[in-house]
Amino acid sequence: MSTTQEHLPAVPEGDEPIPNPGLPAHQWRPTDVDTRAEKRAERQVAALFGVATLALVGFFVSYFVFQVGDNWDTIAGFGASNVMLGGTLAIAFICIGVGLIHWARKLMTDHEIVELRHPASSSEKDRTETVGMVMQGIDDSGIARRPLVRNSLLGALGLVGLAPILMLRDLGPLPGDKLYHTIWKPGMRVVRDVVYTPIKVSDLEIGDLVNCEPEALANGGPDGEPLEGVELQIAKSKGAVILLRMEPDDITPWKGRENWSVQGIVAFSKICTHVGCPISLNERTTHHLLCPCHQSTFDLADNGKVIFGPAARPLPQLPIEVDDEGYLVAQSDFTEPVGPSFWERG
Amino acid sequence: MRLLNRSAGRLSRYRRRPIAGLAVLMFGLLLTGSLYAAFSPAQAGQAESDEALVAKGRDIFIVGCSTCHGLNGEGINSSRDGKILGPSLIGVGAAAVDFQVGTGRMPLAQPGSQAQRKPPVYTPDEVEALAAYVASLGVGPAIPDESDYSIAGLSEQEREEAIVRGGQIFLTNCTACHNFEGSGGAMPRGGYAPKIRGVDPKYIYEAMLTGPQAMDTFSNGNLSPEEKRDVIAYLQSLEDQPSYSGFGLGGMGPVSEGLFAWLFGIGLCVAFAVWIAAHTTRSSKSKVEA
Repeated sequence: MSTTQEHLPAVPEGDEPIPNPGLPAHQWRPTDVDTRAEKRAERQVAALFGVATLALVGFFVSYFVFQVGDNWDTIAGFGASNVMLGGTLAIAFICIGVGLIHWARKLMTDHEIVELRHPASSSEKDRTETVGMVMQGIDDSGIARRPLVRNSLLGALGLVGLAPILMLRDLGPLPGDKLYHTIWKPGMRVVRDVVYTPIKVSDLEIGDLVNCEPEALANGGPDGEPLEGVELQIAKSKGAVILLRMEPDDITPWKGRENWSVQGIVAFSKICTHVGCPISLNERTTHHLLCPCHQSTFDLADNGKVIFGPAARPLPQLPIEVDDEGYLVAQSDFTEPVGPSFWERG
Repeated sequence: MRLLNRSAGRLSRYRRRPIAGLAVLMFGLLLTGSLYAAFSPAQAGQAESDEALVAKGRDIFIVGCSTCHGLNGEGINSSRDGKILGPSLIGVGAAAVDFQVGTGRMPLAQPGSQAQRKPPVYTPDEVEALAAYVASLGVGPAIPDESDYSIAGLSEQEREEAIVRGGQIFLTNCTACHNFEGSGGAMPRGGYAPKIRGVDPKYIYEAMLTGPQAMDTFSNGNLSPEEKRDVIAYLQSLEDQPSYSGFGLGGMGPVSEGLFAWLFGIGLCVAFAVWIAAHTTRSSKSKVEA
């Protein structure tokens, strides 16, 4: 420790373009040279750890003193239990962390140390020796001389490899044409979501928006059995529609869609064609429907055409009509798949 | 008798004072007025005051609203194609006026993407008169009564049910724009769905009925009065809900929470890292070797 020489790195072999300047001389900290500063830093670190200890004692006490649930606005409008448990634990962690860093920065030695890098590969001798041993092992096992053993082993290992591939089968079955269809059928009533009440034309005023579902969710699937579980959720998520009543003259239907609306009432899928978020952020004044996820915007007066954003396809429209009792029903299923694009659609 | 005589005598002493005539006149007027109020047919009085209210409303309307909405509330088209200065108010009903003027959105402070909520310009009496006038222009939704949206008359269990049902209706129909806690949210082209926490239930009810600005309407055929009441009951229950675990950060969901985590959480970590790596104070002295 008497000279600065020992902090210098070893001089590398060969000619260096510039001479190695080595490390500058070590500079001492006040805590290294001044005993009073050292003692003070020591006391500070100990005090921080002491505060952490007290905070943890407070944590244990709070756990028993403050019951969860019956004092939800005791401290500054928040639950006493939450505030005390969280607060004391936070103080304890912060004090321990700050204490450790303070200790390292002020008291632990901070002498610069040089460590040279070594080549990563083993020595040439070790490498030939290892290869020799592996070759010797192959030779001793006699695998080249015993094709029966070798081939039967290969057969067994091959089947082991097949086992996980077989399990991939559980990813199936393939969806088939399920993506092209929803639960909507000709004549199925359009009902309000949540309350499942059918809707008459006279119920709606111009400017009304209704979040709807197919009636089958309330009174059973195609075979009359009530839907439940995964089936119900799938049917609900694919079948959701929004119903909008606007001035009949505002609607500009594409060819073949002239009779898809009833007195200014149009029905569109609620599932965005971009990545499938449910959307009902409608602007009554413009008939623009906005998806909150990526700001795709659809013009519902113009066949659900995309007018802004990343969606590639117009929002599928559900053709509707009025049944004998005056309620709104679907003319058919959607004529195109609802929701985001998929490979087979191109 | 003696008592009466004495009192009359005492009064009589003042009968020639200058103020006596005035007092008698006041007494007579008061008596006439009170008797008229007590005995006049109530129906006639009401009708007359309705008419007066409409007339008063029309006076206010012509001064404060007709520039944009037209002298008879018929609306004014601007010279630009399809743009309007102010929409027609025929058939919007008293509820729309009470909402727009009562929350200060109308009269508009300046043109823009959306009318801002601000302290109301007109007194409640003036709003009532304006509403009466606009309601007289065409049939429209009336101002809801408190009994329409109050759940005070329900039993404890019915209230619970109303709040649960209202919550489901709210999450299906309203959350898309107004956020799951009613904190509001952004809409296209500078518009926004306003925060509906801490808003008078009457105005929430009127907003559903009339669909202010770009909002869709939820008429009584769309969302029945009971369903509207349930939605309001749910929103009221949110007001009473304690913040169990700290700051809600405006109830804006991942946006405000993420911003907080990035700025304060990661910021604090960076500050700590900088502190750890920073140089400590150095002394010019050298350590005396032992």
